Amino acid sequence: MTVTEDAATLAPAKEVGQPRRRKEDARLITGRTTWTDNMVLPGMLHLAVVRSPVAHARITGIDVSAAQQAPNVVAVYTGRDLAEEQGSIPCAWPVTADMVNPGHPSIAVDQVNHVGEAVAIVVGRSKVAATDAVELVDVDYELLPPVLDLEEAVADGADLVHDQLESNTSYHFVFDAGEAGTGTDTEQAFADAEVVVSRRLVQQRLIPAFMEPRSVVVQPQGDNYTMWSATQVPHVLRVMAAMVTGIPEHKLRVVAPDVGGGFGGKLQVNPEEILCLLLARRLGKPVKWTETRSESLMAAHHGRGQVQFIDIAADREGNVKGLRVRLLADMGAYLRLITPGVPALGAFMFPGIYKFPAYRFECDGVFTNKVPTDAYRGAGRPEATFAVERIMDELAVELGMDPLELRRKNWIKAEEFPFTTVAGLEYDSGDYEQATQKALELLGYDELRAEQKRRRESNDPVQLGIGFSTFTEMCGLAPSRVLGSLSYGAGGWESASIRMLPTGKVEVVTGSTPHGQGHETAWSQLVADQLGVPFEDVEVLHGDTAVAPRGMDTYGSRSLVVGGTAVVKAAEKVVAKARKVAAHLLEASEDDLEFADGKFAVRGTPGASVGIQEIALAVFAAHNYPEDVEPSIDAEATFDPVNFSFPHGTHLCAMDVDTDTGMVKIRKYACVDDVGTIVNPLIVEGQIHGGLAQGIAQALYEEAVYDADGNLTTGSFVDYLVPSAADLPHFDTANTVHVAPGNPIGAKGVGEAGCIASTPAVVNAALDAVRHLGVSDILMPLTPERVWRAIHQGGDGGDRATAGTNAYGGAQTESTAGVSTPASSLGGDR
Amino acid sequence: MTSINVRVDGMSYSDDVEPRTLLVHYLREQLGKVGTVVGCDTSNCGACTVHLDGQAVKSCTVFAVQADGSEVTTIEGIAEEGRDGALHPVQKAFHEMHGLQCGYCTPGMIMASIDLLRENPNPSETEIREGIEGNLCRCTGYQNIVRAVQQAAGEMSGADTLGAQA
Ligand code: FES
Ligand code: FES
Repeated sequence: MTVTEDAATLAPAKEVGQPRRRKEDARLITGRTTWTDNMVLPGMLHLAVVRSPVAHARITGIDVSAAQQAPNVVAVYTGRDLAEEQGSIPCAWPVTADMVNPGHPSIAVDQVNHVGEAVAIVVGRSKVAATDAVELVDVDYELLPPVLDLEEAVADGADLVHDQLESNTSYHFVFDAGEAGTGTDTEQAFADAEVVVSRRLVQQRLIPAFMEPRSVVVQPQGDNYTMWSATQVPHVLRVMAAMVTGIPEHKLRVVAPDVGGGFGGKLQVNPEEILCLLLARRLGKPVKWTETRSESLMAAHHGRGQVQFIDIAADREGNVKGLRVRLLADMGAYLRLITPGVPALGAFMFPGIYKFPAYRFECDGVFTNKVPTDAYRGAGRPEATFAVERIMDELAVELGMDPLELRRKNWIKAEEFPFTTVAGLEYDSGDYEQATQKALELLGYDELRAEQKRRRESNDPVQLGIGFSTFTEMCGLAPSRVLGSLSYGAGGWESASIRMLPTGKVEVVTGSTPHGQGHETAWSQLVADQLGVPFEDVEVLHGDTAVAPRGMDTYGSRSLVVGGTAVVKAAEKVVAKARKVAAHLLEASEDDLEFADGKFAVRGTPGASVGIQEIALAVFAAHNYPEDVEPSIDAEATFDPVNFSFPHGTHLCAMDVDTDTGMVKIRKYACVDDVGTIVNPLIVEGQIHGGLAQGIAQALYEEAVYDADGNLTTGSFVDYLVPSAADLPHFDTANTVHVAPGNPIGAKGVGEAGCIASTPAVVNAALDAVRHLGVSDILMPLTPERVWRAIHQGGDGGDRATAGTNAYGGAQTESTAGVSTPASSLGGDR
Repeated sequence: MTSINVRVDGMSYSDDVEPRTLLVHYLREQLGKVGTVVGCDTSNCGACTVHLDGQAVKSCTVFAVQADGSEVTTIEGIAEEGRDGALHPVQKAFHEMHGLQCGYCTPGMIMASIDLLRENPNPSETEIREGIEGNLCRCTGYQNIVRAVQQAAGEMSGADTLGAQA
């Protein structure tokens, strides 16, 4: 009956769940942004990188004299000049004990191993001066045979990328559920199976293509260095750069100012970051390097790049019995930060949402003369999801079953959560049936199926297909102990601290560094609820190791799940500390205090209350506070999750395929994602949209194509087809909510969902449209050329024309024939 | 070096530029107008879009000397003059509809959208998608950008309609 009781039972208007407009927008929509490349420092010098035009060669000589004499050139350095001090780009994930890592120089010394590798650096007083002089550096190369094709690279007698190594294989990673005790014997499962379907699938190389090119500025101040970089991972970068260069960690500050997208592409310790540090140290002057888009496409790491051999075993009724996966994973020329770990992370996701009793995964990490691969949105999980969602469709065809019925028969039921999978993961919560039902309604499934039938019967040249993807992903990277057991070099915790300023305003420091995700807004919502302060009173600080000293940064859909939880835990500590002060000020017992709406009130004593913002002032003045506490209510927390979180969802794609022209067009796309508690629906929807765009782009548009000499023929935005607004459909999105039990927010992570789920839905849809014409696979991206060839010539559409053509191909030429994989000629035998 | 006189966001500038200097580099490096950004080297991304005498151009495709005697408007100059914080309806709509994430494409996207709405005050979804085809965004999947342009169209024509009715 009392006021306080009412206040306690009536929840205050909660911020969590509100579609708050983003705080970050104010600077971004007005052009008041601090991109790294905006930075100008007194005396700053500019770097331009001379890059190898050949994929594989020994460097027999470099003549820098002409460049040195060019106007406004300060210095020119070669790999030889920096060989002693450059160390190796670190690889933090030795996935097996005997993994072979040849080392990764930031600048080539004797040999180049991919097109775009740095061979010299020009330092100029202006960017123009440095860039002009790049042309004047003369490098002699003795060509070596390029190793480009994964299957050829592992064949006997293959040419070697690194001739000091015995083979092109970096590692052989195995997960066998039988051996791990999480499943039965896989060989036996296959031996006993009534039906086995085998496929060879290809995950083409992709380029993250963040819109802000990479940029680095380093300012030396005595023996201190500040590095600004367009990075996702300032904290990881600081530790690693210190170890590589020998600059003591406490003398190096790393700042990620506004960062224009990353998608895993800026989860890296880049050669250019190390080179900027080395040259700032040598020259004692601030230096800046900003890449061009062409440099970015050829020298920043790529993603995906796998050949997948996948076998599924089942009985005639459609109960799955076993899954066997063998991967050739393209490492590129070197191992960067988590290059080898990406396919290994995927190892645990191939079984998807299905109850396989037996599972075996093997992966060879293979060196090629291409730029290294590493994280790209989803990192290992899109590849796995693609394979399992594709093979489920192939099994359905083999069994003559409806693809949805087959999935339903084998997926984990809502009442079976938590469920330990054959890969040993404990899936936390969800309801696949519910999400699927909702998605079917969103799509208008029955109607579209009826239309498909009509069009098939009338032999319409434009055929309709519907594709499924019922997926889950492991997010919230990551429990530190699990990372340790996978030999990853660091933990997966996150840190946060909260500072209560004297005026009652709140500073939240997060170790999770955003680059477009909206942390400033979402974290403000969390803190506003926890502390009962206005949303506007919260400021979120991040991205500077001097401001946010501890952190693991942003990737793997981890920010809200792990970083947000650290914020909530810090807020709980603030409240606990404030409670002591409140009790003192109100002359009440702590146990009699209730905290709601930002106020401590004495239970049963109306009017006796003090706000947490007032307490902030009280401890600042520090005239009157309890004897046994320090005069501060600031707090810090580090959260280390005990399990991953497992968002899931059902994605449905309806696709028109013009059988005359090979053009495909998404007719409708509907998806229902369960990402747990939604803190900000606007941000969640935006993340899904962006992920969908990238996943659909893998299916339809994007591929990093190399010609037979190892040149990246998709080396600019003319050829590397990042989709425009006109290339993408409207998305119908919705959510179900099953809270994640592993964190107090209940969030599961949303950054990668759309990207992981959509690719197989799109490809399955295209195949569903033309399967009756004898097509059972088409290589990604589904260019009109490939689709047309698959329909009219059989096979999987074959390799894309490469040499001298743009991405949409032309005729096959001699040199493209040289790089065609055995599969493209095999295609028809499935 | 060539002398040019330009007005940028309402201010007059007289400068010497190299004939090969691109407008975007002049804006960023000589004038410090870093709100306009560079996203590519092939005129594909549209991140550098500004208005040259009221028309949207990719400022990486225009030489600074070509802007001699012209009026350039960048993302920094479209908010209502003299009223601090008064956003252009398109800026407001991008904020309202969550039409941006990292924000790198946003200045160009907003400048292109303003131009689109000038030519077609009431575009359909398809017309919007085709109208901003020259601007790439890697973050949003475009759906909320389309919504933002629709919302701005509504607001801008709504204002006109109200005015007409009054
Ligand atoms: S920078 Fe001008 S179009 Fe890309
Ligand atoms: S918002 Fe990041 S590129 Fe458009």
